[in-house]
Amino acid sequence: MSTTQTAADFKKNATTLTADLRHRSLIKGALKKYEVARDARKSRFQDWQAARQSAAEIKWDAVNHLDTHLVELAKNLEARGTQVHWAGNAEQAREIILGVVRKHNARSIVKSKVMTGEEIHLNDALEKAGFDVVESDLGEYIVQLRHEPPYHFVFPAMHLTRGEISKLFTEKLGTAPTDSPEELTMIARRVLRDKYVNADIGISGANFAIAETGMISITENEGNARLTCALPKVHIVLMGIEKVLPKLEDLALFLPMLATAGAGQTLTGYNTMYGGPRQPGEADGPLEMHVVLLDNKRTTLMADPEQRDALHCMRCGACLNVCPIYKNIGGHTYGCTYQGPIGAVITPHLCGMADWKHLSFASSLCGACTQNCPVKIDLHHHLLQGRRNAMARNPVWWEKLAFQALAFLFNHAPLFSLGMKLGRIGQIFHPLIKGTPVDPAIAWTKSRELPKVAPQTFREWWQNRK
Amino acid sequence: MNERENILGRIREALSVPAPVPGAHDHPSAHPASEAEAAKHIGEWLPSVGPSLEDRIELFRSNSADLKTDFRLVNSREEALAQVKEIAASEGWKKVASHADPMLEGIDAALGLPVLKTDGGYNVCDMEQCDAGISACDALVAQTGSVLVTSRSAGGRALSVLPPHHVVIARRDQLVPDLPAAFALLKQKYAGNYPSLISFITGPSRTGDIERILVLGAHGPKKVTVVCY
Amino acid sequence: MKITLFIPCFIDACFPKAGASAVDILERLGHSIDYPQELTCCGQPAFNSGYWDQSRAVAVNVLNRLKDAEVVVIVSGSCGAMIKNFYPQLFAGTPLADTARALSAKIFEFSDFLVTQLGVTDLGSHFPHKITFHDGCHGLRELGIKAQPRALLAKVRGLELVEMQEAESCCGFGGTFSAKFPMISTAMGENKYGSALETGAEYIVSNDSSCLMHIQGLLDRQKKPLRTIHLAELLNHR
Repeated sequence: MSTTQTAADFKKNATTLTADLRHRSLIKGALKKYEVARDARKSRFQDWQAARQSAAEIKWDAVNHLDTHLVELAKNLEARGTQVHWAGNAEQAREIILGVVRKHNARSIVKSKVMTGEEIHLNDALEKAGFDVVESDLGEYIVQLRHEPPYHFVFPAMHLTRGEISKLFTEKLGTAPTDSPEELTMIARRVLRDKYVNADIGISGANFAIAETGMISITENEGNARLTCALPKVHIVLMGIEKVLPKLEDLALFLPMLATAGAGQTLTGYNTMYGGPRQPGEADGPLEMHVVLLDNKRTTLMADPEQRDALHCMRCGACLNVCPIYKNIGGHTYGCTYQGPIGAVITPHLCGMADWKHLSFASSLCGACTQNCPVKIDLHHHLLQGRRNAMARNPVWWEKLAFQALAFLFNHAPLFSLGMKLGRIGQIFHPLIKGTPVDPAIAWTKSRELPKVAPQTFREWWQNRK
Repeated sequence: MNERENILGRIREALSVPAPVPGAHDHPSAHPASEAEAAKHIGEWLPSVGPSLEDRIELFRSNSADLKTDFRLVNSREEALAQVKEIAASEGWKKVASHADPMLEGIDAALGLPVLKTDGGYNVCDMEQCDAGISACDALVAQTGSVLVTSRSAGGRALSVLPPHHVVIARRDQLVPDLPAAFALLKQKYAGNYPSLISFITGPSRTGDIERILVLGAHGPKKVTVVCY
Repeated sequence: MKITLFIPCFIDACFPKAGASAVDILERLGHSIDYPQELTCCGQPAFNSGYWDQSRAVAVNVLNRLKDAEVVVIVSGSCGAMIKNFYPQLFAGTPLADTARALSAKIFEFSDFLVTQLGVTDLGSHFPHKITFHDGCHGLRELGIKAQPRALLAKVRGLELVEMQEAESCCGFGGTFSAKFPMISTAMGENKYGSALETGAEYIVSNDSSCLMHIQGLLDRQKKPLRTIHLAELLNHR
């Protein structure tokens, strides 16, 4: 496999993280808690598998009739006063949002969690243009202070201990050290309170968008999105086009499934549907609402019918939570916005196969992700397809040659038999070079002993029986 | 307008090749199950809710306990107001926020405290001074232990989330069994003219962002009390 | 019944006892074994690496040799999944599509064959040790094999089965993954044997020698007091 800089960085970071036993233990502990909670919630469902199938079918309808649903969504949003913008790519989306921000001369911007914002590097663009933007979700706020991307799209600060967070707050906010998660949370609450009350603009994402009623649905636990979308005069929503659901009551299925699979909760703390800016007679709310519909290569993924169901994703994080690769390399190693199995599937489509195909190979294809996905995306098979697509486009010449040679070997049993006998001889001498740079099996022998060719192979045993 | 047509054009082009339906990885697409079919069955797949009002009350109560929502079942409006008065005293409230609603009549008198009314607009800094936000609601959802509010039924967007304690006054007949019933209620009550905010509030504000340890009152209320008569 | 036994390449070379045990067990049950010596590999390594043409070059011979078998049994969850689940995809749209689907219907992993096809769970086995079972991912998630090995192990005299916390977690082998991303593969393997050690078991048992090969390689290098044994080999102890 040809090595790009992204692939080389990935391997380097994976090497560091997988050797970090403290990290391994921290993440394993966190995700074990999740599994226990998830199993408890799942067992309360009368038929979890039927619910998954139904959710998968609704998403199939949503994505495979996306043009119709998007038109309906836009129409219904505009009817209640929301301004709908269409952004073909990241640059256009940034320009649109900057346009709104400049028009309002915003002094301060508050954001709730927006993964698409990460995707288009929105904060960077806003800051470079001289605007002050603060993340309001506690985990996002923490990683923002550390100038690092989120570690997990549902639990952005999963990789940090309370000690590290306390040190961070002392350094950046001047607060007294504490090892109480409650006190640390209260510090953030106090700091961010001021931001909500004074922000000119609130930017949010969307978990779902309901075509039928023209609503944006946002799921959260902290209440920061509720405040982001309540107090500032302008509310901007940035969402991928694939987030549309056809009907309002579809949420009766999706909200509990998102909560169960994503976090092992019955329902997330706040599930809120926004139908527009403040309506006549309402006590408060933004005077202006904007929805930016983002493509940014989603239509490219859509054009691959085999992998189109990856667009059914509701970013619950369930696949990350059970992925043994994710657990050992952590969220930052991926080096791209979307981590874990879904990230490995969609990133080659969104950001180019040349730089990101290695993600398809960095998997044992165990299938735990597919099993855990509440909308039945065929994740691990997509990784297999990704490998095929990558090699069809850019085969690695010596790999292809090797597999051709192996095919010849495997198709000629006497040769294979000879090969095993030679292996038996070779393994006598292998210890001389084991683990050294000239060891052809170094990738294995660096950390493991090689299996031995048996004194008697199966076919030899079978021959001797006669 | 232009980009809209570009995006829709790319979508249509992509969709000209059908994708396999879920659970049928190696078959070309067929018609998926209709939405009506799914809607019929969602109730059968989601966690079950007993048939009687007692079942629903019990389920709401048990969910509330899990969520740390303070659920108080009383027998009359007077008792409900008395509960709120008792909380005000024990927590030392100095000022509260509320809104005009038949469900909340008499609260001002019962509390004898300054009450900020959100109807018609208010100053956020004034609301920041309030120890509690008292609101009505559209429904209580037994299946999830949720309080369903809208910007019309609960005094706007901020009242139910800015003050550190959210108190809800509800009636038993507002208790609906499950989420499908809650959405049906919303459609029946508001279709054609929805409030700009609809929210399912499920317990106090919470976060697990620090070492996955549960902390209440991250940004929204640390306490949620549901007084139901 | 005439059972065609497909012996995958690594079983042939490194774990022949797993195959030999399957032969012994099936013959003891009164069936005759057809061993196609000309077959060596199912084509999975090339398939998993993205070289489907090279995989087909091997798989086509497998298909042609096995298509007339009455039934095919294989002592590997991962090779079994390759043939049962992935051959139909590999040959979709080719003249061999129907043949692949037909073979898919009559190939079984060893433990699944015994329990669901022959209805046998008690093989008269005796293995007086404490063991834990590792569910190989292909067998578990592609072929739905979970209960079958446990049904067989329940009838083994003297055996004590203790389930590990991470029974269903991937061991980290993943074929070429183990060589392409050895650091991740190793960490996953350490997690697996760590979980096994916690049970106090003497043996890790699996229906997949490829998993066991990877785990044993780690155990040997790190000198851990745990041994691996294939399910068929265990069941052949009397």
